[in-house]
Amino acid sequence: MSELSEAPPSLRSATVRPAPGIPPALLWALGAVALLLPLFMAESFTLFQLTTAAIYAIAILGLNIITGYNGQISLGHGAFYAVGAYVGAIMLDKLNLPYWSTLPAAAVICGILGWGIGRPALRLGGLYLALTTFSLAVAVPQILKYRGIEEWTGGVQGVLVTKPDAPFGLPLNPDQYLYVLTVLLALGVFILARNLMASRLGRAIVAIRDHALAAEAMGMNIANIKTATFAISAAITGLAGALSALAVEFVSPDSFQASLSITLFVGMVVGGVASIFGAVFGGLFVVFMPNIAEGLSKSAPGVIYGIILIAFLFLLPGGVAGLLRRLGARLRR
Amino acid sequence: MSGNAAALLEVRDIVIRFGGVTAVGGVSFDVGRHQICGLIGPNGAGKTSLFNCISGFYRPSEGQISLEGQKISDLPRHRMMGLGIGRTFQNLALFRSMTVRQNVLAGAHCQGRAGFLAAALRLASSTREAREAEERARALLALLDLEQFAEIPVAGLPFGWQKRVELARALISRPKLLLLDEPAGGLNHGEVDALAELFHDIRRNFELSILLVEHHMNLVMRVSDKVVALNFGKKIADGTPAEVRATPEVISAYLGEQAHAA
Repeated sequence: MSELSEAPPSLRSATVRPAPGIPPALLWALGAVALLLPLFMAESFTLFQLTTAAIYAIAILGLNIITGYNGQISLGHGAFYAVGAYVGAIMLDKLNLPYWSTLPAAAVICGILGWGIGRPALRLGGLYLALTTFSLAVAVPQILKYRGIEEWTGGVQGVLVTKPDAPFGLPLNPDQYLYVLTVLLALGVFILARNLMASRLGRAIVAIRDHALAAEAMGMNIANIKTATFAISAAITGLAGALSALAVEFVSPDSFQASLSITLFVGMVVGGVASIFGAVFGGLFVVFMPNIAEGLSKSAPGVIYGIILIAFLFLLPGGVAGLLRRLGARLRR
Repeated sequence: MSGNAAALLEVRDIVIRFGGVTAVGGVSFDVGRHQICGLIGPNGAGKTSLFNCISGFYRPSEGQISLEGQKISDLPRHRMMGLGIGRTFQNLALFRSMTVRQNVLAGAHCQGRAGFLAAALRLASSTREAREAEERARALLALLDLEQFAEIPVAGLPFGWQKRVELARALISRPKLLLLDEPAGGLNHGEVDALAELFHDIRRNFELSILLVEHHMNLVMRVSDKVVALNFGKKIADGTPAEVRATPEVISAYLGEQAHAA
């Protein structure tokens, strides 16, 4: 916690500033092309991977809000991802509700869950909070196997769901539609998060991380703001979980092992702690880097992954977002 | 200065104990409206304990503190700013990852009402508040000569300027009472002179009272309308700077000690 509260010089401005000399409209257009290109270029597996990366980016953004910006280490966000996914799958498979309704429902349920867990847990702070949240990540897969709720969760078997078809007769197959849906939702969530972080409450979230005592003297109600931040963070990660259920078309306890929480944490640090945009790179990293590692060595991909990760942290101490910020600053000079 | 009837802050029979040690043993005094009050005393006299009590960071073991007649000594710390008590810290407590402007804006927190949803959706309620806060921040940065540093990360500023940022952060919410914990600590001679002038400017512009805990005798005597002297947790003098300076207890306890040290 103390390291996090001092480390990132990254939120000097919470907003993503376009590089100078390039008109914002052009950046938007380039961004739109980059996002739409995979629809025509990529094979369905690559498209699935990109969809997954966008989903992870949302989940990592959620984690970044509580851990990066607010300085409260959570090693248990995989639990909210899992709950979001199960809420989605159960609503689809058992309750026959429309797929779009699962997304806000998962966010709301995870938000309430985050609030309930955050209220007592955030009193701990620091390493104790990290361990408490980690225990959540360890417990959730087993809770999902619990016989008493097997009727809903499908026990060890999990729940099967199907991808939704594109609405309004759009000429997209389900894979393509889900990609578009995910990217649009991600864009929306990123914009909302950026607005929040640039606001009075966003400043309070960061102020509490930087200096809790001074934050209190400025009239910030630390317990309330921390809890609300945890709830928002859990809601965003839960939304990502619900999207993942649609993308993978299957949820089971084994898909949400404790290592998932670590994966999200890795994505956050690689992308950039306390950076909104960094989560995109975090999502891409955790999806593609294991494959790249496996391409380099079939027998020891874990070792390669570890080396790449260490190299990343060593070469890019502020994550990818930190690198971009430094490049931007150099361009401006 | 104004009598008790117009007192802004009333400190009554405050006792502060830490375990078996009594740091402050029954101190009472008032701070009038628009008054600058200096709180002095040798090391260990209980000034800082008393200061922390008034700013809500300690609870008094006995006695009570009220602002405009409202008892504040049992309220949570985060309520103080909203009631009109702003403060600075002895050893800088800035938000280090933020720019100077963001630090000052953080001081306006309790003047905002818009919630998380309004902020995320940029509803009118949220953006209007933000504009108002930005406007006040701009004015304060100008008043304190901080404009040229506005977009610089606060941690990169020299110590003296960081203290000014703290002052701006405390002033943006327009407090009725400004608590300053050793504002001259760590400043050089010229900076201390500028500070004395600044305090008078601030009082005039913001129509507030100032309570300062300070070691720098020269500064306290120069800026204060009234001085309260403590020794061993007891009040030994309370009056104009001239009166306090002439009090035998003060001379022996405080100035005497300084004479020894020198």
